Amino acid sequence: MAQFQPDSGATVSVTDRVRPLALGMPVTSVHFLGDRAAFVGAEEGVALVDKEGAIAKVAVHGGGILCAVSDGKRIVMGGDDGKLVTLDDKGEVTLLATDPKRRWIDNVALHPDGALAWSAGKTAFVRGVKGDEKSLDVASTVGGLAFAPKGLRLAVAHYNGVTLWFPNMAAKPELLEWAGSHLAVTFSPDNKFLVTAMHEPSMHGWRLADNKHMRMSGYPGRVRSMSWNSGGKFLATSGADSVIMWPFASKDGPMGKEPAMLAPMQVRATAVAGHPAQDILVVGYADGTILMVRIGDGAEILVRRNIGVAVVGLAWNAKGTQLAFAAEDGDAGLLEL
Amino acid sequence: MPDTTSHKIPVTVLTGYLGAGKTTLLNRILSENHGKKYAVIVNEFGEIGIDNDLIIGADEEVFEMNNGCVCCTVRGDLVRILDGLMKRKGKFDAIIVETTGLADPAPVAQTFFVDEDVQKHARLDAVVTVADARWLSDRLKDAPEAKNQIAFADVIVLNKTDLVTSAELAEVEARIRAINPYARLHRTERCQVALADVLDRGAFDLDRILDIEPDFLEVGDAHDHDHHGHDHHHDHDHGHGLKHYHDEDMQSLSLRTDKPLDPNTFMPWLQNLVASEGQKILRSKGILAFHDDDDRYVFQGVHMMLEGDHQRKWKADEKRESRLVFIGRELPEQAIRDGFASCIVS
Repeated sequence: MAQFQPDSGATVSVTDRVRPLALGMPVTSVHFLGDRAAFVGAEEGVALVDKEGAIAKVAVHGGGILCAVSDGKRIVMGGDDGKLVTLDDKGEVTLLATDPKRRWIDNVALHPDGALAWSAGKTAFVRGVKGDEKSLDVASTVGGLAFAPKGLRLAVAHYNGVTLWFPNMAAKPELLEWAGSHLAVTFSPDNKFLVTAMHEPSMHGWRLADNKHMRMSGYPGRVRSMSWNSGGKFLATSGADSVIMWPFASKDGPMGKEPAMLAPMQVRATAVAGHPAQDILVVGYADGTILMVRIGDGAEILVRRNIGVAVVGLAWNAKGTQLAFAAEDGDAGLLEL
Repeated sequence: MPDTTSHKIPVTVLTGYLGAGKTTLLNRILSENHGKKYAVIVNEFGEIGIDNDLIIGADEEVFEMNNGCVCCTVRGDLVRILDGLMKRKGKFDAIIVETTGLADPAPVAQTFFVDEDVQKHARLDAVVTVADARWLSDRLKDAPEAKNQIAFADVIVLNKTDLVTSAELAEVEARIRAINPYARLHRTERCQVALADVLDRGAFDLDRILDIEPDFLEVGDAHDHDHHGHDHHHDHDHGHGLKHYHDEDMQSLSLRTDKPLDPNTFMPWLQNLVASEGQKILRSKGILAFHDDDDRYVFQGVHMMLEGDHQRKWKADEKRESRLVFIGRELPEQAIRDGFASCIVS
């Protein structure tokens, strides 16, 4: 495959259309709240940026921000201050929960209907839309949480597997076992597959109909970013020196299939984000490069040159007309399409 | 891990059997006026009498890695906590990891060899073991954990020396030296040790392997000679001869030669040795002179994990000598000696 040449004239570039933002704080994730881009800092605050590039900083935590998730209307964050807070699209901060032992809130997940899940240590908590709260203890520290797209079902990733839990049902939670430490977890949008990113440079998947295993390995580095594309036909992942695209369109998912590789570079991909409507994804790399890639033919558009440190966050607004990105050091940008 | 540039946060691992005085030492480190701020990962909340939002409770979750190597374990909780702590970079100068009294230090150390993200931001500085002068000899007999902690240590704080006679102290020191002659040993009461002797040791820094261990191998030689029946007691800096306990299953083995080694034989031999005997080998270190190579090669290892690099040119006035040390239990001594001898260029 041809290597991408940052300085060759052949690649289409939109770098001159990017509005650069100097946030002045390390960033760990990027989201959209309505029309404003939200850059979640490594500690204490979130920077909200409007279309014109005006930056408003909001204090959310009294320490490190360990996890953040957004549904486009609010961002829910957990911190090392033992607090779970939400930031809405008006910039209002609300305290949702405080861990009585001031344990770190390591993971958080949002359900489309507004239910909420978080974890501290080995305990996963779920709070329904009516405010009813339930908790589940698993055998080891929770590595990741995800709600299934349908029904109130929570996947709790941990050491040696994932526990699937229906918080409103009496049934015993189901354990999907696989040796090793499971971190981030995600359901396919069609609710047929469950995939985890492991502590080792590998992913693991289960077909939920029969719990059949899918080994998705071969990465040089840990997978830190996963994104479903094209209505769930592909799962795009970071961790290699190209975007690894696992096919999920058929009933067998990626079983027995090779993944596609897009946008090869000489450095590792660190963040990926699928476009909400089109077959396009945006990918950030360890050297700061950002590319937009068309899934069908691999055509690339340069969004940001290889300046500086790793890209940590990429986000599209709901309509897919704006892209926000940030590198680890807070060097960020907005692109209007 | 060879990259030990200063931007990496040093991590000190504090071990010691129950009641030896770990918490006393920790409280001293946190309360003394040294101008540094420490993040502390503890296994028991509440024992530390100091208010500090950088004290984090840990669960000591030991995870096996999926690489088919049974002794390749890491501390999963540590990976997670270090990742979280790095979000507050700049708020602290160093990290101290306190283990439970029954913990094996190996998974903690291996975490720094195995985990890419941990390696990027943090470096293992030293394993510091607090030992109770009064009870250690007994624990070495009945508690394998206590033995592991002594064998693994870079620094040993032999505490509560005021509770034993000088003969008892000599006895316990000799027992420690029989297991681990290479660690720096400090005798203390109530853990009154200079913090510079405990912190920022660079014990896992390949460049400092020699700097911090001027007695590297010399003490081991005494052990060797004893082992072979020579009645030779090395005069250690404590001013008394060392007794040895060959009933100990835990021991150290040192090798040296002033003839050059063949890298094409040595490297596969060493890798094979740690692959097959790595469960028995707790720590290994070496400084090597290879045939037709003007650079010194240094390596160190924890169980099956090795790291090594060319360090610098041999100095003109320096003796080109290869020296290796293994600390472990039931080491196959003769096989190691024979294997090493076969790597010497004749």
